[in-house]
Formats: sequence, C-alpha cells, structure tokens
Amino acid sequence: MQMNRADLLHAYRTMRTIREFEERLHLEFATGEIPGFVHLYAGEEASAVGVCMHLTDRDKIASTHRGHGHCIAKGVEVQGMMSEIYGRKDGVCGGKGGSMHIADLSKGMLGANGIVGGGPPLICGAALTAKTLKTGGVAVAFYGDGASNQGTTLESLNLASIWKLPAIFVCEDNGYAESTASSYSVGGSQAKRAEGFGIPCQEVDGFDFFAVHEAARVAIERARNGGGPSMLHVRLARYFGHFEGDATTYRAPGEVERIRNEQDCLRRFRQQVSDAALLDSGELDVVDREAAEAVELSVRGAKAGAPPTEADLLTDVYVAY
Amino acid sequence: MSKKSYRTAINEALRQEMRRDPAVILMGEDIAGGAGAPGEQDAWGGVLGVTKGLVGEFGRERVLDTPLSESAYIGAAAGAAATGLRPVAELMFVDFVGVCFDQIFNQAAKFRYMFGGNARTPLVIRAMYGAGFRAASQHSQCLYPLFTHIPGLKVVLPSSAYEAKGLLIQSIRDDDPVIFLENKVQYDEEEDVPDEAYTIPFGEANLTREGRDVTIVAFGRMVKIANEAADRLLKQGISCTVLDPRTVSPLDTGTILDCVQETGRLVIVDEASPRCNMATDVSALVAQEAFGALKAPIRMVCPPHVPVPFAPNLEDLYVPNADRVEAAVRAVMGFKARELA
Repeated sequence: MQMNRADLLHAYRTMRTIREFEERLHLEFATGEIPGFVHLYAGEEASAVGVCMHLTDRDKIASTHRGHGHCIAKGVEVQGMMSEIYGRKDGVCGGKGGSMHIADLSKGMLGANGIVGGGPPLICGAALTAKTLKTGGVAVAFYGDGASNQGTTLESLNLASIWKLPAIFVCEDNGYAESTASSYSVGGSQAKRAEGFGIPCQEVDGFDFFAVHEAARVAIERARNGGGPSMLHVRLARYFGHFEGDATTYRAPGEVERIRNEQDCLRRFRQQVSDAALLDSGELDVVDREAAEAVELSVRGAKAGAPPTEADLLTDVYVAY
Repeated sequence: MSKKSYRTAINEALRQEMRRDPAVILMGEDIAGGAGAPGEQDAWGGVLGVTKGLVGEFGRERVLDTPLSESAYIGAAAGAAATGLRPVAELMFVDFVGVCFDQIFNQAAKFRYMFGGNARTPLVIRAMYGAGFRAASQHSQCLYPLFTHIPGLKVVLPSSAYEAKGLLIQSIRDDDPVIFLENKVQYDEEEDVPDEAYTIPFGEANLTREGRDVTIVAFGRMVKIANEAADRLLKQGISCTVLDPRTVSPLDTGTILDCVQETGRLVIVDEASPRCNMATDVSALVAQEAFGALKAPIRMVCPPHVPVPFAPNLEDLYVPNADRVEAAVRAVMGFKARELA
C-alpha cells in the first residue's frame, strides 16, 4: 500500500463521487426528467479509479455504455457531465452526446461508447499515436464481459500484441452482459484468451481498490516501458440494472444486497485505511459530505441549465464542409 | 508536368504528403507486403501496387502492414486520428467495409458531433471500387452512396490521374474523415500530372466540357464514359455539358443546378446500384429546385439492380457504357411534351 495520504484521499473522493453521482442519477432518472437511457456504474468504482490514478491527461481511455465512472476517474468535470446527461447546452458535449457519449479529449477521455466493443480498436489507435509520436503515453480500453465476445475486442488484442502497443485492456466482468450471465456467454477464460494472443493477464478482485491499483501499476509501467499490452480481468458487480428501468429479475434474490453488505469497494477501502491507520473515519466522512454536495450542486446546475438552441442542431458535423 | 498513371499519381500524393508531415502514416493489408516473411520486403506495395516503394523511404513505423483485421485497424486509424496522427488507411476493396463499417459510421463519423465539436478526426480511408475487373460480386461494388448517406463523412471520387493526386492531397490535409475511392480499372490510365504537390478543393464540380443542349452529371469513371458519349453526340449536332462533381459529399449542388438551368435537360450516369444512389439523389435535387427549367424528364443511366456478375459478357452488360449514355441523351433531346399524355 505505497500511497500517500493525499493520494488515498483523492482515491476515496473519486470513488465516493462516482457512487454519489450514480445513486443520485438512479433517483433522478425515476422522476422522468432525464431523457434517454442511463447505465450506472455504482459498485464498480474501484476499477475505474484504481486504473486511472496512474494516468495523466496525455494518457487516453475509451469507455463503455457504463461510462460515468471512467469519466469521473479520468478527471472530467462532474457539472459538465451532469448537464450533458440532462441534455443541456453547457454539457461537456454541448448536449449532443448524452450519457452514452460523454467525452472530454482534453482529459484523454475518448468517449463512452454506445457500441459494445467500440472502444478497443480506438485504443489501439491512441496507443499507436503514443508510440509513433513518442509521447510516453499509454491507452486503456475499458470494456465489459459482453464486449469481450465482440470481434473488435479480439482483433484489437491481436493488433496490440503484434504491434507491441502501449495498451491496457481492462475487462470489467460484472457477471452480466445485459441480462445474460458471463458464465453462459464467455467461452474459455479471459486470461487464456489473453495468453492466446501473447498478452499477460492479471486476475483482479474488483472490490478491492488496492488490488486494482497495484495490478494497473504493473500493466501501465510495462506499457510505458515499451513492454507492450496487458490485460486486467477485473471481477466486480454492478448494483443497478443494465440500464435504469431494468427490473433485474435475472439476478438471484438478495444478490445485490449481499454484495453491497459484504464486498462493497468503498466500505472495504474505509476498513483498509482505518485498519492501517492511514486515514481516520472523520476525514472520510468529510469527503462523503463534500462529494454529496458536489453532486447536489451539479444536479441543481443541470436542472437550471438551458437546452441547446435550434442553431446547434446543424453545427459540429464537420470541421469544414 | 509529365504523363503519369492514376496509380502513380496516388503514390506520388502519398509520398509528398508523408515527406511534408511526419504525422501522416499509412496502414493496411499488404500495403508494403512481405512483413515478417523470409523473402522480398515491399513485395506487393498494395494488392495492385499503388503504395509500392513507400516503405523503402518511410520505414515500417510509418507504413504499417496490418493483419487481415479490418475492424481493428480501421478503428485504430480512427483512434489515431482523434489523438494526433493523420492516418491513411487502405481498405483494399471497398466491398470489405462490411466487416468494419461500425468503426467508420458509428465512431469516426460521429466523434465531432457527439463530442460537441471538440473532436477532430483527420482520417483518410482509401479503397478500390467499381466493376469491369472480372472480380465478381464481392470485389466490384461502388458503395459510395452508403458513405454519402452518413453525416460526418466526406466522399471523394477522383475521375482521372490529375484529379486523384490533387484530391488525395486535399483529403490528407482535411480535418474530417474522408472516404477516398479509387476506380480499380483506371490505375493504368495516364494523363499529364504536375510533379509538385497541389490540392483540388472539395465540393467544387469540374466541367469537363460545356454545351448548350444537355447536362450530363457523371461520377468517377463514368466521367470518361460520359465524355466519350459527348464526343459522338457532338458529331450529331448535340452539345453536352459534362459535370464531374469530384466529391459526392460535399456535393456541388449549385453548379449542378446552374448547368440544368442553362441546358434544360439532365442525364445522370452513376455506376452504383440504382436504388438510393447518386443519380436518384441528384434527380431529387433537380426535381425540387429546378423543375421549371426542365424541358424533358431526367434520365438516369445506372446498372440494373443486381449484384455485379462474374461472366465477362454479363459484366459488360452490367456497367453503364457510352452507348447507353448516348441513347439517354438522344432520348431527352427527342422528348416532346405531348408524350407525357
């Protein structure tokens, strides 16, 4: 656990902010005020934060449908995200992207993605840019167990391997691709798939921030040092449905409650830092309050924001046409 | 200025842009050839030799042979373009777009709009199109209407060697995703092409000839066929304007409408399958915006609505030719209003 107090607090604050953001969206979505779909990341926070703690703005990530956590972990502003999800002009994408397309290239965040398996090829390209222009950057593809079965993902593993790209493939295995269990849909194992492409894979407990953080450190250092791509197979759980409104009848009775009570990554983090006397619960409670306030402010700001204007319909298709 | 083939003109454009800008890289299947193999390097230089010699000058860091894995490398080209490179990815035959279309139309084409104007994706995808090569149904299609349909993409159809060089350099310097389609039966066609780099702007049609009686709008290789027909028609006293739009997205609608206003008759020659192709698109434009100028119904010269056949006699029947263009022009010239009844 080689982290200083500031880093520990940052990690906890980021994870707590994601949790607050998603729990709040769960409530707000039910009011009918948010257009479209949202796919919530609550429960999986340790993965996004454990990986992105090692990255700076020159490093790139590609995300998934379930992208809010990756955005916050990569430093995208919470207000801009919330406004985007409400379809506001001052959203981070001007209200033209929405939840499934939040991106902030200035932060190295290449977009949530509405296409399952859309991200891994893009990350090969971002890694190729880093390698060709010698930026020292790395590129991380977050994808789920569902996307692990897409040809794009398997082709990308091969391409990253033969070109020795500074890429990290983070398979966030929450056990369900939509309503279908990964035990049904994934043949063989993620680790053996990686091995088949000549890529090392670490099995990671996604409920343990420190386990993710350490595994990511190894993979990212390897990529930065020219060692080529790695895979992290992170097992974790989502607390809500595939999308908001999914009744999750396919999950076992009590499954989510048991995970929340016994394995929750935030609760575990608190326990770990308290046991090691690194942070006390009082300062963590302060972070909890501040995260809740930040999310509350962002919701108020989003609700008060203006929608895009009619003229915005036609802009931003091309740089020049 | 010297005589150069369509193939050489494209090769020269790539070479000059790679010399000018280190962010320009090439990727594609066998664009050098021989990667990892014991024999000759640069063994192919692309399946029809268009990129031959480039790996020798720029090395394998900038001329990347890919695995047969279009989803991965077309997507990688999009990701590289969004993060600072100017990739020119070769899709070989445009027919192969079926296995990587998502990366083009859901990813590269939409980044800028979805991300609120904050993305820039200077990607060029080169691919061969067109029938006449005896390559049958899966290696002979046009498919440019598919790309034209997608907001966010630009689509370029160079009709000759001169056009190919100037339009490709423009494509590489352009900051939006560009689909650059090369007609595979034109690679050996030669004409005068300047040695230095030059650009041809997008969305500005080229009038390859101007006439009084009929406007012929033709796309890609069909420009040559339209001019062949126009030569014959001139001997019969019918003078035609032949308009090469050069790019179908953007499309120079202004020049098309101006020409129709002047001639009052329109024939469109499009090698793409006849439903929802460029001919129907231009017909709709003219019907809506210049109906009053028309002295005769618009005629479209297109292939039949069938896959491209293999047998040479069938393929020759399939592709529009100068005889069919000539017949269409004579038909619009011979039209009398009473025939409408």
